[in-house]
Amino acid sequence: MISRDHILNKVRTALGHAVGRTAAAPPPVRLCVPAWTVEERWQRFASALEKLGGNAVRVSEPAEARRYVAGLTCGRAAVASRSPFLEVCGIHQLAGVRRDFRDPAELRAACAEAEFGITGADYALADTGSLAVFASPEEARLISLLPPVHIALLPISRLLTGLDELLSLVPNPAERSSALILITGPSRTADIEQILVRGVHGPGEIHVIVVDDRERRS
Amino acid sequence: MPARVALFVTCIVDQFFPRVGLAMAEVLERLGYRVDFPEAQTCCGQPAFNTGYREEARRVARHFLSVFRDAEYVVVPSGSCTSMITRHYEELFRKNPEALEQTRRLAPRVWEFSRFLLEVAGVEDVGARLPAVVTYHDSCHALRELGIREGPRRLLAKVRGLELREMPASQECCGFGGTFSVKFPEISASMVRTKVEAIHQTGAQYVVSVDASCLMQIQGALNRAGSPVRTLHLAEVLASR
Amino acid sequence: MMTGYPREQIRRTLADPRLQEAIYSATGRLMEHRRQVVAPEVLPDYQELREQARRIKEHTLENLDAYLEQFEAQVRARGGEVIWAKDGPEVADFVLDLARRSNARLLVKSKSMTTEEIGLRERLEAQHFEVVETDLGEYIIQLAQERPYHIVAPALHKTREEVGEIFSQRLGVPRENVPERQTRIARTVLRQKFLTADIGITGANFLVADSGAVVLVENEGNARLTTSAPRIHVAVAGIEKLIPRAQDLAVFLKLLGRSATGQPLTVYTSILSGPRRQGEWDGPEQFYVVLLDGGRSRVLADRDKRQTLYCIRCGACLNHCPVYRRIGGHNYPWIYSGPIGKIASPQFQGLTEDPWLPFASSLCGACAEVCPVKIEIPRLLLELRAEIVKAQAREGQNRWERLGFRLWSWVMTRPRLYEALSLAAGLLAGEGSDQGWLRQLPGLLNAGPLRAWLDYRDLPVPGRSFRALWRQRTARVRE
Repeated sequence: MISRDHILNKVRTALGHAVGRTAAAPPPVRLCVPAWTVEERWQRFASALEKLGGNAVRVSEPAEARRYVAGLTCGRAAVASRSPFLEVCGIHQLAGVRRDFRDPAELRAACAEAEFGITGADYALADTGSLAVFASPEEARLISLLPPVHIALLPISRLLTGLDELLSLVPNPAERSSALILITGPSRTADIEQILVRGVHGPGEIHVIVVDDRERRS
Repeated sequence: MPARVALFVTCIVDQFFPRVGLAMAEVLERLGYRVDFPEAQTCCGQPAFNTGYREEARRVARHFLSVFRDAEYVVVPSGSCTSMITRHYEELFRKNPEALEQTRRLAPRVWEFSRFLLEVAGVEDVGARLPAVVTYHDSCHALRELGIREGPRRLLAKVRGLELREMPASQECCGFGGTFSVKFPEISASMVRTKVEAIHQTGAQYVVSVDASCLMQIQGALNRAGSPVRTLHLAEVLASR
Repeated sequence: MMTGYPREQIRRTLADPRLQEAIYSATGRLMEHRRQVVAPEVLPDYQELREQARRIKEHTLENLDAYLEQFEAQVRARGGEVIWAKDGPEVADFVLDLARRSNARLLVKSKSMTTEEIGLRERLEAQHFEVVETDLGEYIIQLAQERPYHIVAPALHKTREEVGEIFSQRLGVPRENVPERQTRIARTVLRQKFLTADIGITGANFLVADSGAVVLVENEGNARLTTSAPRIHVAVAGIEKLIPRAQDLAVFLKLLGRSATGQPLTVYTSILSGPRRQGEWDGPEQFYVVLLDGGRSRVLADRDKRQTLYCIRCGACLNHCPVYRRIGGHNYPWIYSGPIGKIASPQFQGLTEDPWLPFASSLCGACAEVCPVKIEIPRLLLELRAEIVKAQAREGQNRWERLGFRLWSWVMTRPRLYEALSLAAGLLAGEGSDQGWLRQLPGLLNAGPLRAWLDYRDLPVPGRSFRALWRQRTARVRE
């Protein structure tokens, strides 16, 4: 407590403030959301992600998404999250895919061993080729982090223009989750002689499958 | 009645590069201006200001303000001296309302040479001729404090026979920085070495800038390196026939 | 004035062609990457964003007391805890106590300049805790027992051969010189550390007041692992890291990656609020944010120089500084190098600690041009120079220079005296010249600033001054 009072006191003195003074109004929030069509968003997203060495795929139905994932994993060890969208796409039914774990320790061990981590994504951001994933009981953090390949599936309706739009939809991420992670391409470093190397600690390979089933549903 | 301009040649030009001052006067006269040289002028005070000696800088700056008080235009062959007067005098006289007032009245009438030609005289072609390959060095104060970049290039483009070749990293500092050049000579020398290499890469015969202090640093290094390249102030190029 | 200036060390750095090439090309590349993503065609509102970022930082600091309290309340509301630390030792005391209470043995760390500033790792290691740096560059530096070379690229100065040497010596692995393979080695070793560590320590790029959130940006994934695998997360951050709202991240995240490495967004951005929530499978069980003062409140009190605290540690000023690009990070006295280091060191470490530092700049202004939060570095350098000169006057130091400038100002306000002296100089310099330029000066004259100049460059000979020639010209015209 002592340091707290000490520091706050020093700050107040430095600013010439009395105790309990409320902050003046901050500069207005600045969020710019461009008016891009779904088609434009997809083009930009795919282009941005591919420039980073990631893979962006667009399919027109969940079954196609499932086939794509099957083609990647070929039955090898994969951990999938409990994201409802993954269930819609039937990912949990694929050979080699586990999504049930007794406890966090088992989940972690599985992630450490698996070759693939399969997750949903709450949103994708078109201008930077990013995914926005909130940690939750359905979405564990380590699934998109430990395995060397990350596969994410999401419906095209969740493809936003960019971070500005995300923050205008979700002004306070802390209210939703203990962790909001933006994933922009494969893990990388250039720490040794400025040479680019992928897959340092996070996944070195990322596939984002965007399911555009608007026509089917309407 | 021809308009009158007062020359503030700067102490470096006065002592080391008088040709620059003469060239500037020639160009201005050719354009129809009547050129004055207030003899009481000395320095703008920048060396002291940059080295932290504000009291001493104020003394010299006050002298400048009084010498040029009644000038209609003050034309300066130096970006750094111009910005000292038009930007840093405010800072220097923050607590001196009278000098601040004088500064505010005089500063709008103080012009770096290339700016004066383009914006007051309104000319790009001064009838100059210099058949040579030339490269241009962007002096830091001119570039970043006064926004001078395209102007000199436009003026050079109108010089007959002149071929302008851009050097790599023309915007990188030459390493003069006033007393920096003698307090940190090894770093200063390393910076000008890069500049000299860049100049040589262009194959130019001359390197031009709007600041004589940069030219002093660069020519000094060129000479030491045994290079045939010569520095020219923009005024000297524009005075060439 | 120049006390403490490491001239010999700097000369060695300047004379090392490999090091010069490494620093110059690495920073050159970062400059180019930045330029590409802030170009008007790519980011048309770049200047507007800078101004907005500056205003937000200015506002936040002006209301820091309120925002600190709001932040603390929010962290607690999410189940986290806030620790207030006056200085580095207090941070270390807290972490040591926490480690002991939790029976921790192994701590993993992601890159944090703040923890370097206070030497946290060293203090923990002195108490026999194993602390592992997990950012690849920092890991290399830790093994090499060196300081980081650059705010964003800690191992910028190391060749692959040097890295291979460090790994084989310190890790006992066979010699490997290919960066890809070296990275694999580090990945394998560090993975084990992540998965068995008890505590994860990070810094924070931003602290968000309205969410109680810690924001971390990175490219490797080590910060994510540091904050997802161990059961305890401790974020150490200076009080200046606060921003008011999560929505302000739209401005700052747009500037940080671009300014630092030319990336519109880094690979991972983590916005973390509190320990894991009910039903979550991973993430820390305990979440601590340590707020460090460490001299910041003192800087805050200086209205003019308070803007030093706007810094978001992008490293752009380093990359663009012609001085940094030649002398590199190890020639600066403190952990923060480059232009920001030049204005921060005197304010945090003391004005007269390294009095030469604010003078080691040609005031070219390249730094201010690229600073995403518009810190007026050249102007602050000039302020600091004036303060140092005053302090030295009080201490009776640097007498000759002061006398010199006093004399100079005296002469410069007496035009006739000035003219007389310039005439004398012209006559004196008649000898030893070569087409109007001097290669060297004889005997006693070859000293001080003249010597410093002439060691590296020729000096022009003062001949007839402009005013003398002008008089001649005017006289001729009259005739």
